[in-house]
Amino acid sequence: MASSAKEEILARIRGARVPAAAPVVRGYHREGSGGVELFAERVADYRAVVRTVTDVPEALKSLRGKRIVAPSDVPDEWLVDGVTWLREPLSIEELDGSDGVLTGCAVAIADTGTIVLDGGVAQGRRALTLLPDHHVCVVRADQIAASVPDAANPPEPTRPLTFVSGPSATSDIELNRVEGVHGPRTLEVLIVT
Amino acid sequence: MARNPVTWLGSPTFPQAAHKALADTQLRQNLRKATGTIRGRRAAAVGEMTDWEQLRVAGEQIKDDVLSRLDTLLVRLEESVTARGGVVHWARDAEEANRIVLGLCREENATEVVKVKSMATAEIGLNEALEAGGVHAVETDLAELIVQLGDDRPSHILVPAIHRNRSEIREIFRRRMGVEVSDEPADLAEAARVYLRQKFLTTKVAISGANFAVADTGSIVVLESEGNGRMCLTLPDTLITVMGIEKLVPTWQDLEVFLQLLPRSSTAERMNPYTSVWTGVTPGDGPQKFHLVLIDNGRTATLADSVGRQALRCIRCSACLNVCPVYERTGGQSYGSVYPGPIGAILTPQLVGDMHDPQAASLPFASSLCGACFEVCPVRIDIPSVLTHLRAEAVEAKGRTAESVAMAAAAWMFASASRYEKAQKAGSLARFLARDGRITSLPWPGSKWTSSRDVPAPPSESFRAWWRKNRG
Ligand code: SF4
Repeated sequence: MASSAKEEILARIRGARVPAAAPVVRGYHREGSGGVELFAERVADYRAVVRTVTDVPEALKSLRGKRIVAPSDVPDEWLVDGVTWLREPLSIEELDGSDGVLTGCAVAIADTGTIVLDGGVAQGRRALTLLPDHHVCVVRADQIAASVPDAANPPEPTRPLTFVSGPSATSDIELNRVEGVHGPRTLEVLIVT
Repeated sequence: MARNPVTWLGSPTFPQAAHKALADTQLRQNLRKATGTIRGRRAAAVGEMTDWEQLRVAGEQIKDDVLSRLDTLLVRLEESVTARGGVVHWARDAEEANRIVLGLCREENATEVVKVKSMATAEIGLNEALEAGGVHAVETDLAELIVQLGDDRPSHILVPAIHRNRSEIREIFRRRMGVEVSDEPADLAEAARVYLRQKFLTTKVAISGANFAVADTGSIVVLESEGNGRMCLTLPDTLITVMGIEKLVPTWQDLEVFLQLLPRSSTAERMNPYTSVWTGVTPGDGPQKFHLVLIDNGRTATLADSVGRQALRCIRCSACLNVCPVYERTGGQSYGSVYPGPIGAILTPQLVGDMHDPQAASLPFASSLCGACFEVCPVRIDIPSVLTHLRAEAVEAKGRTAESVAMAAAAWMFASASRYEKAQKAGSLARFLARDGRITSLPWPGSKWTSSRDVPAPPSESFRAWWRKNRG
C-alpha cells in the first residue's frame, strides 16, 4: 500500500538533510518607552477618532439616539441613558443592522497604535466588533504597552485574537491607502486617563 | 506526476512575455506609479525602526531554525491543532490538496464558498479545481476580486491587480457588478463592500491561507486590511485553511518578530488594520469546524537544495517586487506564475522542479542581479545568489543556449530606464531579444553570473556599438 501523504512528506523532509540552525539571536528591542501620547498619535495616524477622556459615561453621551451593541459584561456605568443598547444573544442580521458597538480591549500597543481584542472582559465574540459600522473602544491608560514584543505575549494565546490598527482600509487601488471597506468604517478610541 | 499549476499552462518564456509587456505603455505607467509610491512609503516605515537589522536577522534565524526541524514542528502543529478541535490534512501536491478541499466543501453541501486572499490556494489552482467540481469560490479581497471579475491573472503578491489603474477598475466594476461608480478609490471600495456584504452574511464555508502558524499552540495567523478576512474567518460555520508546510514558527514569541517585519515591508504600515489569530475551534465564537490542509507541492524538493532552500524563508511581503527594476518594466504576468518578481524568479522554478521546462528555466534570468531585492527582504533571502545558482542549473540542464544568454541580456537592459529607452531608440531591442543573437562577450557590470561563469553573451553588434558609445 502506498504510504500516507503525511509519512511521505515527513520522509522527504528528513531526506533533505537540513543541518541544524544557529540559535536565534533576539537582538531587537524588547521594550519601548511610548505611552498614552504616542498611542494616541499613532491611532490618529490611521485616521481613527481618538479622544482622551477621564469620565467614560460622559464621553459616551455622544452615542445617544443610536442603536449600539454592548457585550454582556461591559461595566454597567457604560450603559448610559438615551442609547438603545443591543445585548446578546444577537443574530448576524441584528449586528449588521446596528449603528455601532462599544467594547473594551485586552491590551494596546503604543508603537503601532494597535488595540488587541481577545474575547475577554467587555469585548464579546469576534462578530460583535466586525459587523457594526462604528466601533467605540475604551482603552485604559494602564492597558497600553509600549511595543509589539511588550504586548504580543498574551497569557492565553489560544483565545481568538484580533489586532486592530485603525478602521478597515485597503491599499489595493494604486497602492494608496483608503479607509473603509468591510470592517467598521469608523474606529473611535477612548483613552481613559 | 501532474504538472505543477504554480506556472500557468502555455505561458511563454520570460523574455518572450516581457517583450510583449514592454510594448504596453499603460501597464508600465500603472506599475511605475504604484511601485514608486510604495517604495517611498516602505523606506519611511522601515526608517523609523532603529532595530530593523536585528529584526531581519532574527526573522532569518527563526525561519532557518524552522527549516532545520520542519518534520518535528509539523507533527507538533498537528497535535496542537487537533487538541483544539481542528482537523489536519496533508497533501503531497496541488492535485491532492484540491481534491481534499473539494471533498470538504461537498461534505458541507456547499456550492459557493468565500475566500480570503491566499497565495497557497492561487499556487495550486484551487478556484479552477473547485469550479470544475461544481463549487464557486468568491474572492473577497478587493484586488483579487478585480482580477476575478476582470477574468484576469494576478501580477503582484500583495496587490494582484496592481497592473490596473482606477479607471480600468471602474470599467470592470461597471461591467460585472452592473453599478455606476466613479473612479475614486473610496467609491470603488464602497462598491466592493456592497457587492460582497450579503455573501459574507450567508455563506457557510470559507477558505483562507495563513501567514504564520505557531507549532507550539496550533494558532494560525492571517494579516489583512479590509476586514474581508475577518468576515471569512468569523462568520461561516466551516473554515478551511490551506497552508504551505514552511509557514511555521516554533513558538508564540516568534510572532513578535514577524508582526513587526511583515506590515512595514508589505503595505508600508506600522501595522496592517487587522490581524486575526485563531486556534482550532472556540465554542461560541467563529467557525465550529476547522480544517487545516498542509501542502508540500515542491517545497520538500526545494528544501533539499542547500542554496535554494532559503527561498522557503519568504513571508510573501512583496517588497522585492516593488524595488525590482525588471519587475517594474515587465509587470508580474510576464513571469507566468502567481509568484512574480525576484521571489518568483527563484521560488517558481524550484517548485516546478524541472529545469527542462523552458518557461521555468527562463525565470532565473529575469533579473539584472542588482541586489535591491536582498537589501529590502525582511528575512534576508540572498536572491541574487540563488538566481546565480539556478542559472547554473538551467544552463546545465539545457546547455548554454543563445536564448538563455539573451534572457540575461534582456534583464540587464530592463534594469535601467535610460538603457532601455536608448536601446529601443537605437532599434536594437528586438534583436537583443531575438533567440539567434550571436556575439562574444559583453561587459556587464554587476552581473555575477557573467563574470564568474564566463558565459558567451550574444547580443547583436548594434548593441555592442551602442554599449561602447553609451558606457559611463
Ligand atoms: S523574498 Fe523577501 S522581500 Fe520578497 S516577498 Fe519574500 S520575504 Fe518579501
